[in-house]
Amino acid sequence: MFDKKKIKKTTLSLFFFTVVMFGFGYALVPLYDVFCKLTGINGKTQRVVENVNQKQYSSDRWVKVRFDANINGDLPWTLKPKERNMQVQPGNFYEATYIVHNKYFEDVVGQAIPSVSPSVASLYFMKSECFCFVNQLLKAGETKEMLVRFEVDKDLPDGVDDITLSYTFFRTLPGDS
Amino acid sequence: MSTVTQANDHDHDHKPTGLKRWFFSTNHKDIGTLYLIFALTMFFVGGSMAMIIRAELFQPGLQFVDPQFYNSMVTVHALIMIFGAVMPAGVGLANWMIPLMIGAPDMALPRMNNMSFWILPFAFALLISTLFMEGGGPAGGWTMYPPLVLQTGAAFPFLILAIHFLGISSIMGAINIIVTVFNMRAPGMTLMKMPLFVWTWVITSFLLVASLPVLAGGVTMLLTDKYFGTSFFNAAGGGDPVLFQHIFWFFGHPEVYILALPAFGIVSQIIPAFARKPLFGYASMVYATASIAILSFFVWAHHMFTVGLPVKGELFFMYATMLIAVPTGVKVFNWMATMWKGAMTFETPMLFSIAFVILFTIGGFSGLMLGITPVDFQYHDTYFVVAHFHYVLLTGAVFSLMAAVYYWLPKWTGHMYDEKLGKIHFWLSTITANVLFFPQHFLGLAGMPRRIPDYNIQFADFNMISSIGGFAYGLTQLLFVYIVIKCALGGKKAKALSWEGAKGLEWSVPSPAPHHTFETPPRLTKAMLEH
Repeated sequence: MFDKKKIKKTTLSLFFFTVVMFGFGYALVPLYDVFCKLTGINGKTQRVVENVNQKQYSSDRWVKVRFDANINGDLPWTLKPKERNMQVQPGNFYEATYIVHNKYFEDVVGQAIPSVSPSVASLYFMKSECFCFVNQLLKAGETKEMLVRFEVDKDLPDGVDDITLSYTFFRTLPGDS
Repeated sequence: MSTVTQANDHDHDHKPTGLKRWFFSTNHKDIGTLYLIFALTMFFVGGSMAMIIRAELFQPGLQFVDPQFYNSMVTVHALIMIFGAVMPAGVGLANWMIPLMIGAPDMALPRMNNMSFWILPFAFALLISTLFMEGGGPAGGWTMYPPLVLQTGAAFPFLILAIHFLGISSIMGAINIIVTVFNMRAPGMTLMKMPLFVWTWVITSFLLVASLPVLAGGVTMLLTDKYFGTSFFNAAGGGDPVLFQHIFWFFGHPEVYILALPAFGIVSQIIPAFARKPLFGYASMVYATASIAILSFFVWAHHMFTVGLPVKGELFFMYATMLIAVPTGVKVFNWMATMWKGAMTFETPMLFSIAFVILFTIGGFSGLMLGITPVDFQYHDTYFVVAHFHYVLLTGAVFSLMAAVYYWLPKWTGHMYDEKLGKIHFWLSTITANVLFFPQHFLGLAGMPRRIPDYNIQFADFNMISSIGGFAYGLTQLLFVYIVIKCALGGKKAKALSWEGAKGLEWSVPSPAPHHTFETPPRLTKAMLEH
């Protein structure tokens, strides 16, 4: 009585659409990363530039960079910046040091994730040296100094004169090595 | 008309008997009934959790339950009411009424129909069983935000599996509805002649197939994050917990309209019937419904204004949210215009529908307030949000479902329900629901956060009023069960056309509707296609 073929066709195309939308859910993951990279949301931008340009820019502009340090609850470490903040001139390289200490009686591996805020500043925050995104092994009770070498780009938009660089150390997941 | 009744008169009205009839049923009416009974059961299960919540909040301080259990009550109440009560009730109505309204003998895929129903009891058995597990049920809120939800104990995989089952069930139900409506309409029933209830369900079904798979993807990522070392939402591995919120609300906002659009369809059937006037602006109703559905995919981040979106993003989502008020406003004004100068009578379905229009609009307005970014910074995660979504979901969606049950009960059972009791049920429900939820607006504006078992004593009075309203509302619903059972067992015989002003094919078959209807497509006259 009814067109069985048409019914089958509509049904199958709807199931196909469902599968496509399931895939779309997963496609949101890379899309989100790209979107964040373009806009600097969440301070995800970590452009690493080669430190070949040693010439000094001098300008009247001074920007305050604050250093923030956090430890995820699973990690028995302490982390603090040597200096809380620093006045920098856009266009020049500076160095900041963080002090990491393992309070535990065993060796522990951790990994730091950086973030820059406000998000617009993350597009202009360049690092040539960083201890982030790699596994850091601290022996039992060990204390280490970790170095960040950074530059605030001279194109940093007006109105941004206070930038926070934040690091959070996480315990490296058991699966990763 | 006469041909139809005749065809049904010597209809081979044999139906399987006993448990087999229900377990193996492929009949759209039986499955519709199963869905509706299941939804009503879940309404009481979820409702009793709400009673626990209101009992705990009756006074400041911790009285009855420990905070962890309170949180799991909040979480499971939401999941049960959304996925167990409102959605299955809507699908049940769709199953019962859509084939009758478009002149089809049954749903297009009857076996899949059976499966999509029978998945539900198992899914909810899984979900509710978590309350008895070590570590308790899921307590991180129905939105399942990581990293909090990843701290759930043994309940976690059960939660995810239950969500998957519910999703599969709803997607199959939705596909069935679309396939039925697209392929099995009686000759002459063109798309723009379909009753608005059918239209809203087609559009809702598209929302379901487009949004539920995304949720399925999101909760699968949660599962692999917890057990298989992936880092979709884990900052330690380079993931981002905010991403989950984007994925969740990409599903979550269309879900809001999945709950609301069928309600729009129901009142668009009932108001013309009791105003004895055609629906004002039929075509604009269809386009407004479609616009709401499309827009619903572009507003999700208004649920997350406080996560630190860039200003441009907040502006975009604020304006897009405001835009939805336009088609919704079109609908509200159309309902009002339908009633304008109509010969109105106020039977229970009409009362519930009018209350729906008024109270849903209140919920819509508080939604507009929440949609304004700077204002939302204050309201976010307060009781104002709780008041808002209960106005749109309880006095909105649930009231329309009540209206639908009263409206079509004569067609289902063959008896008229007790009108006097129905009216008592309506007035008690309306008054108590407002006593329950209206004070929560004030609580929210004063800063009471949601999802906590204890609160500052400054909130005590309004919470006590709200709890009293809550208990009264809960008790009132027992009256509803009594009315429905009484009507099913007996009462005044219902005519085929149970309501004087009702229009549509469903009223051309006898009451109660025979087990099999429209086995040969009805021959439609112009009068039968009026709205």
